[in-house]
Order: sequence, then structure tokens, then C-alpha cells
Amino acid sequence: MKSSIRAFSVGLAAMVLLAASLASAGTLDDVRKRGHLICGINTGLVGFAAPDDKGVWKGFDVDVCRAVAAAVFGDANKLKYKHLTGKTRFTALRSAEIDMLSRNTTWTFSRDVDLQLTFVGVNYYDGQGFMAPKKLGVKSAKDLAGASVCIQTGTTTELNLADFFRANNMKYEPVPIETNTEARTNYLAGRCDVYTTDRSGLAATRAATDNPDAHVVLPEIISKEPLGPLVRHGDDQWADIVRWSLNAMIAAEEMGVTSKNVKAMASKENKNKEINRLLGVEELQGRERLGLSKDWAVNLIAQVGNYGEVFETHLGTKTPIGLARGLNAQWTDGGLLYAPPFR
Amino acid sequence: MAQPNDRPGPPPGPAFSLGSLWYDEAVRGVIIQILVLAGVFATVAWMVANVVANYAILDKTFGFDFLWLPANYDINQTLIEYTNRDTHLRAAVVGLINTGLVAFLGIILATVLGFLVGIFRLSENWLVSRLAYCYVEFTRNTPVLLLILLWHGIFINTLPHPRQAMTVGGATFLTNRGFYVPKPVFESGFEWVALTLAAAIVGAVLVHRHVRRVREATGRQLPGGWISAALIVGLPGLAFAAVGASLSFDVPELRGFNFRGGLYLTPELVALTWALAFYTSGFIAENVRAGILAVDKGQIEASQALGLPRGRVLRLVILPQSLRVIVPPLTSQYLDLTKNSSLAIAIGYVDLVGTLGGITLNQTGREIECMMLVLLVYLAISLSISVFMNWYNRHVRLVER
Ligand SMILES: N[C@@H](CCC(=O)N[C@@H](CS)C(=O)NCC(=O)O)C(=O)O
Repeated sequence: MKSSIRAFSVGLAAMVLLAASLASAGTLDDVRKRGHLICGINTGLVGFAAPDDKGVWKGFDVDVCRAVAAAVFGDANKLKYKHLTGKTRFTALRSAEIDMLSRNTTWTFSRDVDLQLTFVGVNYYDGQGFMAPKKLGVKSAKDLAGASVCIQTGTTTELNLADFFRANNMKYEPVPIETNTEARTNYLAGRCDVYTTDRSGLAATRAATDNPDAHVVLPEIISKEPLGPLVRHGDDQWADIVRWSLNAMIAAEEMGVTSKNVKAMASKENKNKEINRLLGVEELQGRERLGLSKDWAVNLIAQVGNYGEVFETHLGTKTPIGLARGLNAQWTDGGLLYAPPFR
Repeated sequence: MAQPNDRPGPPPGPAFSLGSLWYDEAVRGVIIQILVLAGVFATVAWMVANVVANYAILDKTFGFDFLWLPANYDINQTLIEYTNRDTHLRAAVVGLINTGLVAFLGIILATVLGFLVGIFRLSENWLVSRLAYCYVEFTRNTPVLLLILLWHGIFINTLPHPRQAMTVGGATFLTNRGFYVPKPVFESGFEWVALTLAAAIVGAVLVHRHVRRVREATGRQLPGGWISAALIVGLPGLAFAAVGASLSFDVPELRGFNFRGGLYLTPELVALTWALAFYTSGFIAENVRAGILAVDKGQIEASQALGLPRGRVLRLVILPQSLRVIVPPLTSQYLDLTKNSSLAIAIGYVDLVGTLGGITLNQTGREIECMMLVLLVYLAISLSISVFMNWYNRHVRLVER
């Protein structure tokens, strides 16, 4: 018995050490050693993350993953995805199943502070809305008393919804659903009168129906949903890499650097010194500390594109989703996008 | 082991070595048990240590305080009072009750279906037994998750929208939002009806005893069934007529988007209960068939020789004896059904896994705590079902005389 107790305690100590060493290694080292980035994305939402006809996942959120892979490896395709529902995403991130999460995720106080997640920025300023079949004749969300409402569980959506109906003293039937695809199925089958989620998600869902014109998005916006990529607390270097990858996309658009002209701009002195620092023409103090190569941003912009390019490809007015830039225009155009300087 | 003097001893065997212990069956048994136990301990310790270490790294604390925070989310089926201002704990209880509800309804439905199909399966009518056979093969050989999704899909896609609801007699409505049935509303005076019903039931039991005593003493069969039926229907009926208008029905009616009033069964509840019962009844039917076949043929022949009618042979001779074969496997079917009910979230039925193990877990980030509680609750439910069924099994066991 004694020996088994000793074996037990030795084993215990060994495991503690093992567990500790596993979890404390730098994410960047892990990613490098593995040879690819593991990025958490959603299970399918046209425009944000959805497979194209060849089965390759494409979208606005996917491109943030690709940007980070390009910054780290110089190759945007050194990347594997994990498809996560609203419910599984944080557990996956916190248990290090994924290196980062880029999945229409709202930056909130509790997620940051209590769930200990670092939101590195905002790539889409959104708000929650409602979509209803046109033939229902609903004009405003205030008319929804008694309605059945489809929602995705594990989201800010279900909390906002509860607040909204409470504040307006209306009753409703929440119909909880796990993924956007199922939500669409239930909504189209008439299980619920309206579907509520982020308005970008509504636009995407609407675009993916057989007859988008048969559905209207109601005018009310009932919440603020700043969506952005995030990592776990505890590895500032890694958080910085993801943060500045996103900032590089946004700054590139502001300074007129595109996937077409980036190579040319990187091979000459530019008048704008910030472009030089971004593209490695001039030294950017601290870049090495981040563990990135000199041409990290060149690779990123060349392979993925700047923010505006990515937006227009996946969500813009020329796509079926047809979202205008709105709040997501550069600050110089009256929007909220404002990347801190590369200095 | 030194031998002090040279007395002739047993022929020199192989010298003692540690290895030889292995060939001693008793010692080997002990060694293996110690090793297994140490292995189990080490594994559990490893898991606990891992959690502790990771919690330390993540700066998380283990605790159940979050249960007393407001849940902030709404639930569509609440059998107890609940609003989004209530605590996570209360939300968990709401979920637990919802789990209990499907498990309870599912078990009853599965048992009834299972016994019927099991008996049909042995029918001498070729068509009936074939149909029962197909039913059993279909239900047993399809994954239960698919059945749940299938039935839910059928309900929400084939039933009409509330505004075109299918109706039964203008009071019950079938829609893709669920079933709305009139809700009985008991008004003052109804307690008399309930009271007389209770009295009638007691009376029926007494009649039954008397009939039996007479039969055992004289062999005469009094019409006890008729008398009991008359009591149970007649007495409360009279009381009901006497007090007058003590019962009314809250009939659902379409108002706005949905029906209001009445008793509302969500399509998720109906689909889940039905799918679970459907699936489990196939297994129960096989248990029932095996149980009936286990009854000695001589018993049946003997009762037929006595001139007992078919129904009575089944009720008085076959079933009581087959129950002792049927009940133990029935227990595990009940446990399976209860555990399978945790697939509820696939169609958005908010059970314990949906509340405590789902939304609460997600909104508070307390994975380990929530999952531990969920597991403990399922364990407790399963153990209670086992205890009850063991008691019942002891009750129906063949009493050897
Ligand atoms: N922004 C909200 C909601 C996020 C969410 O679940 N969005 C939906 C629709 S916009 C989605 O991405 N669904 C894709 C999927 O089901 O995988 C949150 O962070 O809680």
C-alpha cells in the first residue's frame, strides 16, 4: 500500500510539472513547431466563414486567420480550422485546442475579464437585429409581442433578447438553436416568426435563402456588437501578433497599400514613412521581439489583402450579402476603423 | 531461509525468488489488484492535478458561486415560475424538471408501445407479427439522434403555421409551433368530485378483495369489474352533476403570432418524447418477447386445457411469470432513455444539459463545475430509477413455495 501511495505522489508531481510545462510554453513557439496555425471559425455563415464550391473555407473571419498565418509563416495557407458553435468556442480557446478565435464574437466585459480572453481589436462593428418574413407584415421589433424567436444559444444574442423584451414589457417564446444553419432551417420552416442575431449575420443568412426578397430586416438595432478576433489571456506576445496583424490590414487600407501594389511599394522608399515601417523598408522598432520576419506585413497584404479588399470580396455591396461599409468605414471616411500607428 | 540442522526435508525445490511469487495464484491476484488500484489512482490524480495546474495558470478559481448569479436568459418551457432575473441555479432546476418530464413521459409511452409490439410480435396473425417485426428492426437499428431530428423535422415541416392550424373539434390545435390543447380549469366545488373519486377507488379495491375471497372460497366469480367501473364512473359523475359547473376548459385561441391559453406542448417536447419512446420501445418489445417465450409452454397448454380464455391466459399466466425475466433488462432501457434524453439540445429542447450544461456553462465559463453537476444529477436520476426497479423486481420475482 505504501508503495502505491509513493507511486501515486510521484505520478502526481510529474503530472503537475507536465501540465504546467505544456500550458506555459509560448503560443508562437507551439505554432511554429506544429507548422500551422489552428484557428477557430464558425460552422458556416456565408461571407464570414463558409466553404466555396471546391470545399475551401472562405470569408471575412477566415481572412483574419489567414492574415495571422501569413504574418507568422509567410504563407497564409499554413492553417487548419476548427469549426465551433457559439457554445463551444470559448472552451476550445481556453483549453488551447485553438490558437485564436475568429468567429463573429462580440467583445464584452465578462468575456474579457471573467472568461479571461483577450480581444485584440474589432473587425466588424455590428448590432443585433431581427429578420422576419415579409408576408408576416411586421414593421417594427416593438410589434413582436407574443412572437416565437429563433436564437443561437451561447451568444450575447440570447441575453440582449431577454433584456429587450423585458424592457418593452413583451412576452415571447425563445427557440434556442445551436448553429446558424439549423436556425435558418427552423426559421424557414416557420418554427419561429423571426430570427434574431447580429445584423451582418442576418444579411448573410438572408442572402443564403432561396428568395432573399421574401424577408425583411427590421429597423431596430437592439445592441452594440463589436466583433473581433481573440486569444486567451496570458500570452501577450501572441496577443500582439494577432492584434498587429489585424491592425496591418486596417492601416494598409488607410495608407492605400493593396495586395496589387504591396510588392512594388515594399521594394522602394515611400514618401510615407509609416508605409516604410509597415512593409519593412525601414526598421520597425520591436518587430523582432514579436518574432516576425521583416516582410511579415508584405506577405500578409499580398496574400490576404487590406481590410477594404477583404470586406469588398466577402461582404461588400457587389456580393450577394451586399453590406455597405457604414460604421466599418475608415475614420477618414466617417467610420470607426482607426488603426493605431505603426511607429 | 537457512536450515538450522540437516533433517531430511522436502526435496529441494527451486530457490525462492520474487519471480516465483507471480506463479502463486493468490499472490498474483493481490499484486494485480494493487497495480490496477494504483493505476486508477494515478489516472484520477493525473486528471485532478492537470485541472488544478491549468486552473492555476488560467488564474481560475473552482467554486459554485456562479449558481447564485442572475441567469439573464429566457427558457421557453418552464414548469415552475422562472424569469431571466432568476439565478443560474433556478434555471438549472427548470432544466432538470424538463429532463424529468421527457424521461417520465418517454418511459410510460415506451413501455406501453413496447409491450404491445412485443405481444404482437408473437401473434399468430402473420401480418401483425411481420409488422411488429419491421417496427422492432427499424427502431432498434436507427441512431436515436437521427430519430429525434427526423421527428422534429417532420413536425415543423409538415404541420401548418398557427394561422392555418389543424384543429380537432375547434379546441385542440396542431401547428408547427406545437400542440395546443384545452386546459382543464378546476373551480370551487370540484374538490367534491375529487373526493368522491378517491372514495370510489377505495371502494373498488374493497370490492376486488371481496370478489377474490368469494372466488377462493366458493369458486364463484362475481362481476367485480363491472361493479368497480360503475363505482369509479358513477360516484364522481353524480357529485359533478350535483355541484354543477365546477370544471371549465381554457381553450386556446389564436391571438397575434401564436395561440394563447390552453396547455401548450412545444414541438420539441413532443418530438423528443415520441422519438425516445419510439426508439426504446423496439428494445422493450424484444425484452417482452423474450420474457414471454421464457414461460414454459406447458404452463400455457395447461391453462388452455383448463379452458381459460386467451386474454386471461396472457394476463394471469404468462405475463406474471414473464415479468421476472422482463424487468431487469427493462431497467436498463429506462436508464438508456433517460440518458438519451440529454440529446435534447439537438432540437433545442431546453433540458438540464441545455441550461446548466449549456447556456450557463457558456455564459459563465465554469466548464468543470457545470459538467460535474450535470453528471452527478444524471447519476442520481439513474440510481433512483435502478433502486425503484430493483424494488419492483423483488416484488414480481417468482416466490418459491
Ligand atoms: N456576436 C454574438 C453572436 C455570434 C453568433 O453566433 N453569430 C452567428 C450568426 S451571426 C454565427 O456566427 N453563426 C455561425 C455558426 O452557427 O457557426 C456573440 O458573440 O455571442
